[in-house]
Amino acid sequence: MKADQRCVMTGTHFINGDAACCEGALSAGARFAAGYPITPSTEIVERFAARAPQVGGLFIQMEDELASSIAIQGMVWGGQKSFTVTSGPGYSLMMEHIGLAAISETPCVFVDVQRGGPSTGLPTLPAQGDMMQARFGSHGDYVTIAICPNSPQECYDLTVKCFNLAEKFRVPVMFMMDECVGHMTEKVVIPPAEEIDLYPRRHASKPPGEFQLFEAGEELVPEMAHAGEGYKLYVTGLTHDKRGYPALNPAAQRELVGRLFEKIRRAQDELTMVEAEGLEDADVVVVSYGITSRVAQKAIQAARDKGLKVGKLRLICVWPFPEKLIRELAGKVKALVMPELNMGQVVLELERCAGGQCKVIGVPHPGGTVHKPVEILEAIERGAR
Amino acid sequence: MSTTELHVHNPVEDLLRQDRVPTIWCPGCGIGTTVNSFAHALLGQQINLQKTAIVSGIGCSGRVSGYMNLDSFHTTHGRAIPFATGLKLANPELTVIVYSGDGDLTSIGGNHLIHAARRNMDIMVVCVNNMIYAMTGGQAAATTPGASNSTTTPYGAFEPELNMAQLVDAAGACFVARWTAFHVMQLERTMAKALKKKGFRFIEILSPCPTYYQRKNNMGDALAAMVDYKKRSKIKNGCPTWETALEPGGEIVVGEFVDREREDYLTRMRRQLGSHYSEFPPQPEEQESEGCEKEC
Ligand SMILES: Cc1ncc(C[n+]2csc(CCOP(=O)(O)OP(=O)(O)O)c2C)c(N)n1
Ligand code: SF4
Ligand SMILES: [Mg+2]
Repeated sequence: MKADQRCVMTGTHFINGDAACCEGALSAGARFAAGYPITPSTEIVERFAARAPQVGGLFIQMEDELASSIAIQGMVWGGQKSFTVTSGPGYSLMMEHIGLAAISETPCVFVDVQRGGPSTGLPTLPAQGDMMQARFGSHGDYVTIAICPNSPQECYDLTVKCFNLAEKFRVPVMFMMDECVGHMTEKVVIPPAEEIDLYPRRHASKPPGEFQLFEAGEELVPEMAHAGEGYKLYVTGLTHDKRGYPALNPAAQRELVGRLFEKIRRAQDELTMVEAEGLEDADVVVVSYGITSRVAQKAIQAARDKGLKVGKLRLICVWPFPEKLIRELAGKVKALVMPELNMGQVVLELERCAGGQCKVIGVPHPGGTVHKPVEILEAIERGAR
Repeated sequence: MSTTELHVHNPVEDLLRQDRVPTIWCPGCGIGTTVNSFAHALLGQQINLQKTAIVSGIGCSGRVSGYMNLDSFHTTHGRAIPFATGLKLANPELTVIVYSGDGDLTSIGGNHLIHAARRNMDIMVVCVNNMIYAMTGGQAAATTPGASNSTTTPYGAFEPELNMAQLVDAAGACFVARWTAFHVMQLERTMAKALKKKGFRFIEILSPCPTYYQRKNNMGDALAAMVDYKKRSKIKNGCPTWETALEPGGEIVVGEFVDREREDYLTRMRRQLGSHYSEFPPQPEEQESEGCEKEC
């Protein structure tokens, strides 16, 4: 299915990452959104509030992020594509409904433009401190997908991707921007609608009566129907059976939670989304994501200028973590270096996957600004020794 | 005669998910009684049940959505209203009903209640007020009459009870009513009326919880609760909501308190947007593409 040209602002633009994210959502077919203002994410919904009515959609500013994060799920079960947008403190409030989206398999997108924390922290300054929250923030066991852009262009392209992944796997997808990419203004090229592929909603292929809302086929992803279509849906945040009826027993729990994990685990290869360069003969590989990858680029260049063999691995999809790729890579290099704008979050996963095969050197940073390239360079040099 | 022939079909059965019966509710619980009135009200209307959705939060009362043979959404504690808001906005054709408990709607979800009323969101909210957190075992709610006993207020609550009718009236609800589980006929009529109205509608129903509230406060069984409701209630339609407070042991003012006309959220949105709003057919791929005006 192709994007609808009425929603796509085809052309070359000079806009910031927040604006690009908004356009990405519109291109992806999201005409409905709910949110609550918070820096540095607000520009996304401000733009959306202006754009949505032009395409028969709307933005509703809810009373808080708890409301926003569940209103979008009402919108999805009402037949629309929808998303919400927030930063740090708001993201914390949304956690319960990320869990609801996971268990009810509601396809939707949560955009978190990360800022310094904890708590109110640094409202207008960057960080990448919500990465573990994106993976484990809601209670209980579930998996999500988390995508990190490093430019306004990617804020556009990857927002479309997030919606497609949400529909394909029926999971809440976390779009983990940061203040820098959100507020950075660069050239953004929006392609013609006919070049934008959209993953259509997995709509019920059976009529009411024959259709079971949580019966999953081969791919382990069930089809869905919407309210008002005659299916008499039963959607609950309780552990449920194939009909959607509460089933409060260990067997149902095992089947449901097992499937929620397995549907993503199986797609690990497809969800390994990286930008790699110079890995073949590298002694040290810098693994990074989001804005930090652009600082890392400088450090990599400086290290190469000094004659070191350094590779670059940028994680575009951070969760699920590209476990297989890292395991293989760790067997070939002396060290993996991971700078991130937090005190060491994703590096824990890197270490786990490297499994002691090579050195893993984190370059922590509490946020507020980006790393200095020299901090990363020093880590590369340590790794090369 | 076989037993099947003997079975007298109760029209309400069609509105219930028969495969979910028996319910989790205790004998004597008032929630089922309210559902009976609700089902009759729905049946008496010309509303399309295929296009009717029911949304609940969490609690004994929050289980109502799951027993109704409608599109049922059992969401999170306190958040039925924002879910319902999203549902209604996404598909304005739907009749959306929120059915939940006092704790759910007024404590944890109190902010959503206020703002949905203020927006005049076109949803009908039914609140089963058993004056307690029943599902979790009888803790105090914002609606627990001050002196009552609960598991978390063994010396009685040190705070006064909330008057929901006054709250939603002040916030802008266009219809506000209160009955008790004793007033089944009145309740059905009020629900029928509210179903036909557009905008934010709120119906509170005092309902016995013999397992926790009645027992903890030595108020006897469900029957005793009914006798109590009958004795203490006074019908005062149109009563100003500030005169409807539920004081412990005092008069229970019931009736339809507010019935006013106010433009609902979506109507106002369309009106204000005027030509800025472009209708968008739900399934774009089936429509001929008309190209794009404006800058998009
Ligand atoms: C966020 C959250 N907090 C607490 C709970 C536990 N909990 C479940 S039901 C409930 C109270 C429900 O009370 P009410 O809405 O009055 O419904 P009732 O059971 O009395 O019908 C609570 C506190 C929960 N499920 N979620
Ligand atoms: S605990 Fe109280 S409210 Fe819950 S089902 Fe039993 S009687 Fe009803
Ligand atoms: Mg209660």
